[in-house]
Amino acid sequence: MIKKLTPVIEWGTLLLTTGTVCFFLVAILWDLVSKGAPSLSWEFVSSIPREGMTKGGILPAITGTILLTLITAAAAVPFGVSCAVYLNEYATDSALNRLIRASIRNLAGVPSIIYGLFGLALFVQALQMGTSLLAAGLTLGLLSLPYIITTTEEALRRIPASTREGALAIGATQFESIRDVVMPSALPGILTGVVLSLSRAAGETAPILFTGVAFYINSPTGSLNQEFMALPYHLYMLSTQHHAIEEVRPLAYSTALVLIIVVFLLNLTAFYIRYKHSKK
Amino acid sequence: MTDHPTKLSAHSVNLWFGNKHVLKDVSVTFPRNQITALIGPSGCGKSTLLRCFNRMHDLSPDARITGEFLLDNQNLYDHGISVTQVRRRVGMVFQRANPFPKSIYENINYGLKINHIPKTERQGIIENALKESYIWDEVKDELQKPATRLSGGQQQRLCIARTVALRPEVILMDEPCSALDPLSTLKIEELIVKLKKDYTIVIVTHNMQQAQRIADKTIFMYLGEVVEAGDTKALFEHPQQEMTANYVRGRFG
Amino acid sequence: MQLPVRENIDKTVRLLVRSTGFLAIAILGGILFMLLWNTMAFFLQIKPLDFITGTQWNPSGDPALYGILPLLVSTSLVTLGAMVIAIPLGIGTAAFLSEYAGSKLKGILKPAIEMLAAVPSVAIGFLGIVLLGPGIAGLTGQSNGLNALNGAVLLAIMALPTIVTVAEDALHGIPDSYKEASYGVGANRWQTLIRVTIPAAAPGILAAVMLGVGRAIGETMTVLMATGNASAFPKGFFHSVRTITATIAIEMGEVPYQTTHYYSLFAIATVLFLFTLIVNMLGEYFVNKYRKYHSA
Repeated sequence: MIKKLTPVIEWGTLLLTTGTVCFFLVAILWDLVSKGAPSLSWEFVSSIPREGMTKGGILPAITGTILLTLITAAAAVPFGVSCAVYLNEYATDSALNRLIRASIRNLAGVPSIIYGLFGLALFVQALQMGTSLLAAGLTLGLLSLPYIITTTEEALRRIPASTREGALAIGATQFESIRDVVMPSALPGILTGVVLSLSRAAGETAPILFTGVAFYINSPTGSLNQEFMALPYHLYMLSTQHHAIEEVRPLAYSTALVLIIVVFLLNLTAFYIRYKHSKK
Repeated sequence: MTDHPTKLSAHSVNLWFGNKHVLKDVSVTFPRNQITALIGPSGCGKSTLLRCFNRMHDLSPDARITGEFLLDNQNLYDHGISVTQVRRRVGMVFQRANPFPKSIYENINYGLKINHIPKTERQGIIENALKESYIWDEVKDELQKPATRLSGGQQQRLCIARTVALRPEVILMDEPCSALDPLSTLKIEELIVKLKKDYTIVIVTHNMQQAQRIADKTIFMYLGEVVEAGDTKALFEHPQQEMTANYVRGRFG
Repeated sequence: MQLPVRENIDKTVRLLVRSTGFLAIAILGGILFMLLWNTMAFFLQIKPLDFITGTQWNPSGDPALYGILPLLVSTSLVTLGAMVIAIPLGIGTAAFLSEYAGSKLKGILKPAIEMLAAVPSVAIGFLGIVLLGPGIAGLTGQSNGLNALNGAVLLAIMALPTIVTVAEDALHGIPDSYKEASYGVGANRWQTLIRVTIPAAAPGILAAVMLGVGRAIGETMTVLMATGNASAFPKGFFHSVRTITATIAIEMGEVPYQTTHYYSLFAIATVLFLFTLIVNMLGEYFVNKYRKYHSA
């Protein structure tokens, strides 16, 4: 009897752990969707907050997050891709380059709140940008840099040496071979990595806390040197800082749902690029 | 041999990858408008030697080369000689077809573009190159198709077209048929033989029958050294060295 | 374009691209400099011993007290709790994925885990307040469930995707020959997993755990929202705690720049940085050990 039961228990243990992990995901999604959807409407995503944020929508937070992510991309993608190109295409195995790689690995492990402090000290104070969209975007850019470098380098590494040599052999310079042959081949991989990195950045709160995010802005458009609203912070504020927390709970749920949808859409884009590329 | 002066040669060449001595005092000559085959077992250094002639080792930081490589009496490794220029004069076809991730047309046009050949001449050159490489009839109606959709043999002929479009003086071929089926191989061999009236060709091959079918001259290498070099027929039928005899009769390798 | 021009462009690009390589060193150096500089400014005013051994964090009190211990214990408590939950779940899931699940099931489960990793921490923190908090409160009879346990569960959820992914890679990398040898002496799948595969993958699994710990220690928003943030010395899992990250997040927004209190937040950030650095380096050490072990 016990002998018969043992495999069931063994299997059950593994199934239980996996099931618990899946349960977490389902619970998160179910709760957010079921309670966030009722107060989600076109008006909610297309109007500005009213009456102390107990009414109205979250348009400034949506546009703020989009603008913020664009600045993050503009700051991090050129440097990240260039650094990855250096590491994969030019760098030899020297002590200096090993130091560069070690730095990148360590940067990836630095807690996001410390990036927030660094952004505060560097952009807000030293470079006198003040608390602003630009300072926050650059801070998130720094945070995204190690991910973009790592994923881009991986995409470049998958391009076989013969592809580069084909271009060199017809008299292309190394730069021309990278620009015209290597980069187009690696583009889907690079894009996947970039979009995933940006989706992380879009959901970050800690790095923008002291670098420019604001409680409330009454205009849906942003400006580089002004403070801004962002979806993650808006959710944090509605759920912990608002003067009527219980009253705005439905709005908080809807904000959370919109945030999740934005992040998942970015992720789906990345998966789609990866999937389409892998089929070829 | 007398009516075919030397086009390309190497003299007392040594090459190390790190501490590994890969080419040992190698001297070879390649006659103009002839096909020379480099044969030998895997790891004998034949591909490594081939890649020296268009300076493909320039990007490997741990490769160290001594000796002379001459193209028409000009040292390819002289200071003041541009690598890019060397590669334009000494073209290369690789073991695995490596078309660019572009259309068939762009695959050839790209080389013309970066080597600043006037726009007005390109159309004609591209058509000629495709015809010269026996692939025109198969692709003339779909020049805008991505090159990666072609079959392996077609891709390799496109790579040859891409090389001949630039009118190099020498074409290096690194086992160009090793990834192809027998029919495609035959087509490419035919093409190579036809090309020799305009180009000097050096081909690395594993396939002894292939060397005998197409090469005028054959060089046998073993463990980084040249063991024997001579007319293909002589080398295969009356090898002077015992090692050569064993190899061409299939005793090892 | 003529050839010399093209070659000059090539050289220029090489230099430009190379200079961005140094950016990574510069950023890490900049972060280190910022942390150490401000920490030094802090220690000019507060004795290091008081900082390390002080059991009270009360910068706005009179006298102001800057003892890091309560914060450190809070951070340790939630991290420990998170690992107690996440390690068995993570390894179990990794083992299921690597050894039992068919490719179809894997094709569903792996994206699901990637989705879990993509959920922003602020959304998980929110659910800690509205979903888990009331649940814990109902079980324990407290007014709200914002305490170390809540934070630990949330951090476990956040660390799980990392642990599962890295541990699954490690288990998957064990050569079949090991397992076949085990089957050969009559062991079944479970015995093989417990006695052969998991021990062989131990360095990789340890690396997974370390990366999970690093993630949990450095996480801000979930603990900020779900642990209650009481500044008293933590008493246990069912009490409110206040981690290093939450303290920085709460207080940095309120302090005047260049004051002792301001500097103190960099000092605790330095401690946090050192902890994550050590944990991540340990993780890397195990990853390398694992690689060497298997390439040999």
